Amino acid sequence: MKQSTNVAVCGAGGTMGAGIAIVSARSGHRTICYDTSASGLERARGQIEKFFAKSVSLGKLTAEQQARALDGLTMTTSLDDLGACELVIEAVFENLEVKKQLFGKLDSVCAETAVFASNTSTLSITEIAAGSARPDRVVGMHFCLPAQLMALVEMTPGLRTDAAVFDAAWNWVTAAGQVPVRTQDKPGFILNALLVPFNNDAIRAVEAGVASPADIDRAIKTALGNKLGPLELVDLVGLDTQVRLCDAFYANTYDPRAAAPPLLKRMVAAGLLGRKSGRGFFAYSGQAMFGA
Amino acid sequence: MIAMTCRIHTGADGAAHWLDSPHFDGQGTIDVHALGSPVVPHPESVAVLVELDHRMLAALAGDPWAAEAENILGFTRYANGTDAPSRLVELVRARATGDSAVAAARALFEAAGYQVVVCADQPGRIVDRLIRPVYNAALRLVDEGLATQADLDLTCRLGLGYVDGPVERVERGGLAHHYDVTAALFETFGTPGFAPAARSVAAAQRRAART
Ligand SMILES: NC(=O)c1ccc[n+]([C@@H]2O[C@H](COP(=O)([O-])OP(=O)(O)OC[C@H]3O[C@@H](n4cnc5c(N)ncnc54)[C@H](O)[C@@H]3O)[C@@H](O)[C@H]2O)c1
Repeated sequence: MKQSTNVAVCGAGGTMGAGIAIVSARSGHRTICYDTSASGLERARGQIEKFFAKSVSLGKLTAEQQARALDGLTMTTSLDDLGACELVIEAVFENLEVKKQLFGKLDSVCAETAVFASNTSTLSITEIAAGSARPDRVVGMHFCLPAQLMALVEMTPGLRTDAAVFDAAWNWVTAAGQVPVRTQDKPGFILNALLVPFNNDAIRAVEAGVASPADIDRAIKTALGNKLGPLELVDLVGLDTQVRLCDAFYANTYDPRAAAPPLLKRMVAAGLLGRKSGRGFFAYSGQAMFGA
Repeated sequence: MIAMTCRIHTGADGAAHWLDSPHFDGQGTIDVHALGSPVVPHPESVAVLVELDHRMLAALAGDPWAAEAENILGFTRYANGTDAPSRLVELVRARATGDSAVAAARALFEAAGYQVVVCADQPGRIVDRLIRPVYNAALRLVDEGLATQADLDLTCRLGLGYVDGPVERVERGGLAHHYDVTAALFETFGTPGFAPAARSVAAAQRRAART
């Protein structure tokens, strides 16, 4: 792929998509933000503009770079506008059928030479690629939340991915200032394969009466130097999201550590979803944590 | 306020040297049994603190008196094997341990500059119970070719903000030590997450062949 490419981000009205659009536009690519939700796109444009303004005020971006990034940024709810894109990164809902269908449609919109990338966290790249008639052109490109601040990208070839396509995607990620690491197409790649069961174990330790949530988090932070304890992290991710992650992994791996702990399910049933509901393993008032 | 007295009983292993002459407020006596010293009752003490290795408090103070004593607690300064010790003290509360003994022990360690957490007398306490399965998984995933060791560690540093990656950390603490801790956990819980990873089994076998 060339220095300046036409890039599309599908699902750009969502959490990850908006961040990925920033990464792309910031490194000088003409970036088309596609989403089925017009209001999502509108919100994303506001967030992206704010982010670039802040980057300029912090001296991380020049005013010219900001202008170029915003000039090259377009919003659309029509898939047909993606015809000229050399790279399409999808960050739509985490649903295999939705992603497969999207790539199937992109087959008829994009040139044969286009590279298709998926930001999936839990699905198989090979299975997603099966939705396209060009599975050799599909790669995994898993950004971290928030994508505009986190350098890491897990990059994954599917069983049928062409090595040259993988290399092109890899080079694009590197040129965008990100740090790619190569993983195999296995559930959760590296990050989530380690993190989801670890967080579950912390929940099981609470349930087994090993210690209080506050002491469990303090122990992990003090002993290992981690910035966040596992239970604070689950509160941040959302307990309902943790259940969904567990269900996705357990169904694929049958790893008992990946199964949703009973306490987690009870808390979700009780509406204790973490930060977003004001209470999870800890209680929150506004943004500040209290108690515990 | 009368200064609390702290009697340190050193054993063959001579541990608890890191707790030398702590100063803190309170009344009465705390008895500290360093690792290797035979644990005896001190009914008059506010707290009897038994230093633990990877074993449970019940293993080192398993006498009937200890099961009923309201002043007995286990403790350990968390260290990743031979790695530099952390500022964390895991305080192990037995069934009969009273709140005043916990408070006195907490005051002692906090005065010495440690972060204190209280946990039940279960194998692996908090940190090893939670982190050892991560090390097992990381070692296994590298063996299975998911990613290189360097990339797996880098991913945890960049993606999770960890100070270091799980493989470099478990190697630094000692793979044979990892075997000891996880074998004890696996013996108790029997769940696959605790089953010692292949590289640690090999390290333990090499250690056995040397001795
Ligand atoms: N949230 C995270 O922490 C995180 C981290 C890494 C990767 N991911 C992955 O990123 C993807 C998106 O996650 P998210 O949290 O940003 O979700 P989100 O719900 O915030 O955003 C999804 C967006 O996709 C849009 N969308 C859905 N179906 C579409 C379609 N067919 N065509 C176009 N747009 C469509 C939605 O309108 C929405 O704006 C998922 O695959 C997820 O696993 C999420």
